[in-house]
Amino acid sequence: MSTHHITVTINGTTYEGDVEARTLLVHWIRDTLHLTGTHIGCDTTSCGACTILVDGKATKSCTMFAVQADGRQLMTVEGLEQDGTLHPLQEGFHQEHALQCGYCTPGMMMSGLALLQRNPNPTEQEIRVGISGNLCRCTGYVNIVKAIHYAAEKMQAAEQVPVSAGEGGE
Amino acid sequence: MYGGETLIPGSFDYLVAHSIDEAVALLDKHGEDAKILAGGQSLIPLIRFRLARPSVLIDINRIDGLEYIQETNGTLHIGTLTRETELDSSNLIRDRYPILFDTSTVVADPVVRNWATVGGNLAHADPANDHPATMLALGAHIVATGPSGERELPIEDFFTDLPFETALQANEMLREIRVPAPKQGSGGAYFKLERKVGDYAIAGVAAYVTLDGNGNVSYAGIGLTNVGPVPIKARNAEQSLLGKPLDDASIHQAADLAAAAAQPTSDTRGPAEYKRDMVRTLTVRALRKALARATGGQ
Repeated sequence: MSTHHITVTINGTTYEGDVEARTLLVHWIRDTLHLTGTHIGCDTTSCGACTILVDGKATKSCTMFAVQADGRQLMTVEGLEQDGTLHPLQEGFHQEHALQCGYCTPGMMMSGLALLQRNPNPTEQEIRVGISGNLCRCTGYVNIVKAIHYAAEKMQAAEQVPVSAGEGGE
Repeated sequence: MYGGETLIPGSFDYLVAHSIDEAVALLDKHGEDAKILAGGQSLIPLIRFRLARPSVLIDINRIDGLEYIQETNGTLHIGTLTRETELDSSNLIRDRYPILFDTSTVVADPVVRNWATVGGNLAHADPANDHPATMLALGAHIVATGPSGERELPIEDFFTDLPFETALQANEMLREIRVPAPKQGSGGAYFKLERKVGDYAIAGVAAYVTLDGNGNVSYAGIGLTNVGPVPIKARNAEQSLLGKPLDDASIHQAADLAAAAAQPTSDTRGPAEYKRDMVRTLTVRALRKALARATGGQ
């Protein structure tokens, strides 16, 4: 049984620690770093509640060992909000009523973010495929798709008007 | 410490290989106790369920130069660590190897595909995995690297009569997959019937054909997913197609023979007879699509 010293950047903050080889990334994030926004749903690589970004790639953090993240850049749901301003995805989930129990929401938003970074203007079908690794048992997905579409529009509008983010037409 | 209900892996030593030589040396040292950690999307769940209990994991994700998709001199070379998502997004695969595009886009789900590797999908030798059937249909070759160098073996010799077992020695790793580039008049398709995105196939069929100048079949490959203890190459079905035009009669005959080659068992995905019938139906669809693609359609 090996133990490893790892250094991982999460949401711009560098964390260091010793982990057993068998420690799963999601457990280290939640139980050691206390970043509990990332959820554990199924424990079997099915539900996507634990989705985070690893070097920009959507990743099920229950299916990676913490030691594998050594030296990598991670982003969790806690990294979305900036200085009290909700990310367009968070705003979209709020505006479009895209959650009921909220358990899948962090993973949905991280898969949505990975999709929008790759494809800033997705079709409904592309959004549905993009979140097909994430299960929601409440909403029927309709409003989640709308929320990601909302975020896509908002992010594109922000791109076109290069002032500070958040100065929309409210 | 992590709460009572979660699935905690057993203990192991984690070693990082920075080169193929180092990975092979570590395999040679640790033998059957060691497992290669590639994408981990099958292995890590198996370790969590304690269905696999390796005492050493050799991480090959830090080895440079194992992720590539290149066609040179009539052969497509796929590096073992190539992620499914790279096949999904490759214009070369989409344009020249649509059967591989069919396959990669139905492996698990998009998040899993960011890490899941083509080499792992084959080396895991799960009859429910999707690439084995497609590679059997394509007549691919596997390049294995061991302490005494490399060897290349046909995919049908790579799988054995036992599930989750391959012809790889304990000190060998799968380094590359080689697929013959499509000859004039070739086309293929993979059809997977699944209950939902991310599930294993109820049944899956890969078909690949080459037509000669007269429109007769000069090559036929048919592979079956998750309808037996191992990936199945439907040899009788393949043989039945050779030297004839691919018409309704020959397609249905091959589909009957493919269904006969299936060895499904009844489980939560359906009764055996249903699965066998789905093999018949999917073979018809895959051959029709292969024909359309071989003759210039999509």
